[in-house]
Amino acid sequence: MILLDIYSFSTLTSSIDKSLNDAMAPWMATLTEFVLLGLVFLIFYALLGLFLVYLERKVCAVIQNRIGPNRVGKWGMFQTIADLIKLLMKELITIKNADKFLFNLAPFVVIIASFMAMAALPFAKGLQAIDLNIGIFYVIAVSSLGVVGILIAGWSSNSKYSLIGAMRSGAQIISYELSVGLALLAIVIFSGSMQLSTIVESQADGWWIFKGHIPAVFAFVLYLITATAEINRGPFDLAEAESELTAGFHTEYSGIKFAFFFLAEYMNMFIVAAIAATLFLGGWMPLHIGGWEGFNQIMDYIPSIIWFFGKTFVIIYIIMWFKWTFPRLRIDQLLNLEWKYLLPLNLINTVIISFVVLMGLYFK
Amino acid sequence: MSEEAVKKIILKEDEDYIVNMGPQHPSTHGVLRMEVCLNGETVKYMIPHIGYIHRGMEKMAESNTYKQIIHLTDRMDYLSAHINNEAVCLAVENALGVEVPERVQYIRAILDELTRIASHHLWWSAFGMDLGALTTFFYGMRDREKILAIFEESFGSRLLHSFNTPGGLMHDVHPDFRKHTLEFVKYFRKKLPDYKNLLTDNVIFHNRTIGIGVMDKEMAVNYGVTGPSGRGSGFSCDIRKTAPYGIYDKVEFNEILYSEGDSFARYKVRMDEMEESLNILEQLVENMPEEGGFTAKMKPVVKLPEGEYFQRVEAARGEFAVFIVSKGEKYPYRIKFRSPNFSNLFVLSQLAIGGIIADLVAITGSLDLVIPDIDR
Repeated sequence: MILLDIYSFSTLTSSIDKSLNDAMAPWMATLTEFVLLGLVFLIFYALLGLFLVYLERKVCAVIQNRIGPNRVGKWGMFQTIADLIKLLMKELITIKNADKFLFNLAPFVVIIASFMAMAALPFAKGLQAIDLNIGIFYVIAVSSLGVVGILIAGWSSNSKYSLIGAMRSGAQIISYELSVGLALLAIVIFSGSMQLSTIVESQADGWWIFKGHIPAVFAFVLYLITATAEINRGPFDLAEAESELTAGFHTEYSGIKFAFFFLAEYMNMFIVAAIAATLFLGGWMPLHIGGWEGFNQIMDYIPSIIWFFGKTFVIIYIIMWFKWTFPRLRIDQLLNLEWKYLLPLNLINTVIISFVVLMGLYFK
Repeated sequence: MSEEAVKKIILKEDEDYIVNMGPQHPSTHGVLRMEVCLNGETVKYMIPHIGYIHRGMEKMAESNTYKQIIHLTDRMDYLSAHINNEAVCLAVENALGVEVPERVQYIRAILDELTRIASHHLWWSAFGMDLGALTTFFYGMRDREKILAIFEESFGSRLLHSFNTPGGLMHDVHPDFRKHTLEFVKYFRKKLPDYKNLLTDNVIFHNRTIGIGVMDKEMAVNYGVTGPSGRGSGFSCDIRKTAPYGIYDKVEFNEILYSEGDSFARYKVRMDEMEESLNILEQLVENMPEEGGFTAKMKPVVKLPEGEYFQRVEAARGEFAVFIVSKGEKYPYRIKFRSPNFSNLFVLSQLAIGGIIADLVAITGSLDLVIPDIDR
């Protein structure tokens, strides 16, 4: 436990906080911190988005027997940046009879929803913007705002494909949110808290996926399936099923507005993977096994930020693997899967977990 | 089409939600336009509109010599170009009573089967992509490349090689032709289980195709749906069996028949046909004579005696037929092509009713339409 503190970011962050408070009035300091945080998150968001797009291209290339981008820079590293420049320079087309205000608003709603969820994520020890006492609740609530943007986009585009895509997306996300919430509830029951930092601390002697027996593993699998559906990724990418609806709700968007939807989709994938890593796989907590002191100390030498991003990217890889392997479901099958199978299973699992916790049947 | 459906199409209601899928749309595989009327996601009716790539080939053929017509047939169903060529060649040869060497017949049949595998394989890739399994496309392209390499080696071109000519072949095949074909058969046999694991055994794929777009045998016969799509409904229509041409009466193979008539049955027919084609290829390559030339003696200008000539062959998508009326000149007086896709398309509007958009895409994919073949 002592070793962990070497890598803690709290020394850095508290020193910044102290020097700011010394230099100016408290309200000014708080305001400066807000602005600084916002800037840091914006840069982080953009860079991570670009990296995720690049990663997806490389992963899908590996799965499909291809090389992937390899022309711009070494291993095609600057390909996504070149694409971004292209998207920035493209004409922003607004089609005739589109509702201009809503049409322009929609990409921002989508991107803000995913941006807000980042605030509550614990990236490393002492590296968390706001440690809300209802962290999980906040993340679920905020990330479900994205569907509003999708519905607005579909409605205001004045395009039939967009409208069908948006309606599908609305039905899908609202249904799957229930299961996502219930799957996350499993860990809330185990750890007895909704605060993300407390949940991470509670996994100091073993991650919940190991400590929580079969119910936790089950909840993890359910979460992966439902979360993939909630972020509109394959095999659940019905909202933008390109062989049916050309591009679904963002058919009519071009240039940077399209890039916003694109970026938000990838960031949602990151957020979903980060939550899975935090709740089930210990977040930034190194792999600890109760009683193995030597082993635990060796694990502590690996910085917490590496643990967090390592776990997150493993889950991101799994989600990408789904997409490039499975065919797409049909809308009625998708809703059947949720309401007839996943939701009842989740409810039963929640009851079992409550029982397990009541009887103290899990590893403590 | 049922009477009610026809009535609905004629009397369009104002509140109908009509979506135009195509002519530019990812899942129509070309420039087909489907006017789809939706009720929510359910298809009320669907009208296919064709003609976006009409080139007037039958009219063009009237001012071209028979050797030139071969090159037109390539551009109809470009994925089974070789088989289309063969239909015209056989018609001309039969009309003139030319006996082509046995070796030529073997090479033609080998190319037929290679073309069939390439075509079915590209369909497999594209069908997977229609259903959202994007990886199949790249697997398919990778293995189809091996066939195209064999074509390129012998004929210099990969897709539209126009290698057939009345009386035989343009020139002899590459010395390694036989070796490379056998290597391909071995390679492809090893790859077939991969496709089974990737798509055929997938649960989501089953859900998307089993029981979707059921076409019974009667409907298949009425609409003239031939080829793998017809055989998926139990309609025995393999020209290689029913009216053998070339060397096919000396080859042992089974006609693949499924009786379910849904998209999955059509899928299975094509998958099994690829395997069957491999068996045919093995037999053909083994028995192919080394000597015997590549063409029969023909006059430099082909003139058909006055009369009517008909020849049909089994193309990758069904029965391809050519009907020639000759007045004894070097140009045909009138020529008519019977292209399989034309008949296969129009059953679609019947199958689509009552399904949802995703089903429409699955059914269109399972019928394996090539649009230039419809428009000609």
